[in-house]
Amino acid sequence: MNNLIPVILGMAAVTYGPRLIPFLFMTNREIPKRVDAFLKCIPAAAIGALIIPGVFSVTPDMPFAALAGMAFTMIYGLWRGGIIIPVLGSVAVTYLVLFFGA
Amino acid sequence: MTRQVQDAFKAGIPIFIGYVPAAIAFGILSKSCGITLLECFLFSAVVFAGASQFIALNLLMTGMGPGGIILTTLLVNFRHFLMSAYLSTRIGRIAKKYIFLIAFGVTDEVFSVLSFKKGQLSKTFVFVVQLSAYSGWISGTIAGYILGGFLPEILTKSMGVALYALLLAILLPEIKVSAKILILAIASGILNTILIKLDILPNGWTIIVCILIIALTGSFFIMDEIEEKACE
Repeated sequence: MNNLIPVILGMAAVTYGPRLIPFLFMTNREIPKRVDAFLKCIPAAAIGALIIPGVFSVTPDMPFAALAGMAFTMIYGLWRGGIIIPVLGSVAVTYLVLFFGA
Repeated sequence: MTRQVQDAFKAGIPIFIGYVPAAIAFGILSKSCGITLLECFLFSAVVFAGASQFIALNLLMTGMGPGGIILTTLLVNFRHFLMSAYLSTRIGRIAKKYIFLIAFGVTDEVFSVLSFKKGQLSKTFVFVVQLSAYSGWISGTIAGYILGGFLPEILTKSMGVALYALLLAILLPEIKVSAKILILAIASGILNTILIKLDILPNGWTIIVCILIIALTGSFFIMDEIEEKACE
């Protein structure tokens, strides 16, 4: 394609639309309990599907490497909490496994 | 700096750290696909949606036309509709004036961080988190395009795990409090794996179906809890 900019703008429009529309329908009325319970479950459901199965193909040549990194995040995160160390540590562990395992 | 701004930076910096490596990967891939630095920058600056940007590059390489690429992007990013629906119930009254800006920054990771913040979301908190994410995404994209060739491949590959680790790290404190959260997340992951294997849904829609089914199922359990509390 010679000029990508129209495609990029089109992508931007169809990405922004779904992100915006629910906010426009926001009201001050109280949300029914059933809908509220449904909305409350969205974060966990979304994160689960975003991680699995994608995480198994981060390092396609050696899936174990990424899983070792995630194991670090899991153990350190449960033990000490926080986000920065679990994230940077997972990259470091993955790197070390790829480096010495290859 | 007020306490609120400090908290917001604490929540935003991890997203910045997670986004830089992922964006570097996008910059590197853009360059290898032969698109210009301006186009690469615009992808990240105006679309600002990780997975769909990578997919768009792949589709470009296969020679797909603009219509197909834009339609795929719509399908891939439609999950944010559900995330915005959730966030719209959480933002405070003052933040409502800024929905046009807030909506632009609803990415998976921003949503995840915001969704587990206790209480109403103030505009300061939302903007600091979103700006951290945006600046990480843009700076990483440019860095990747310009410096990509100098980084060892093994390092850029390892950095791919950062986004997944970020999502997991956000979820962990919730899992500690309630096993139900863990069950919901794992059930959603298993369902997603099955749907992808079945290969009956277009790219990106497996996640939407997972959110709908799992959150709907989960809502019945939560309803029980609410009713039990009301009876006590």
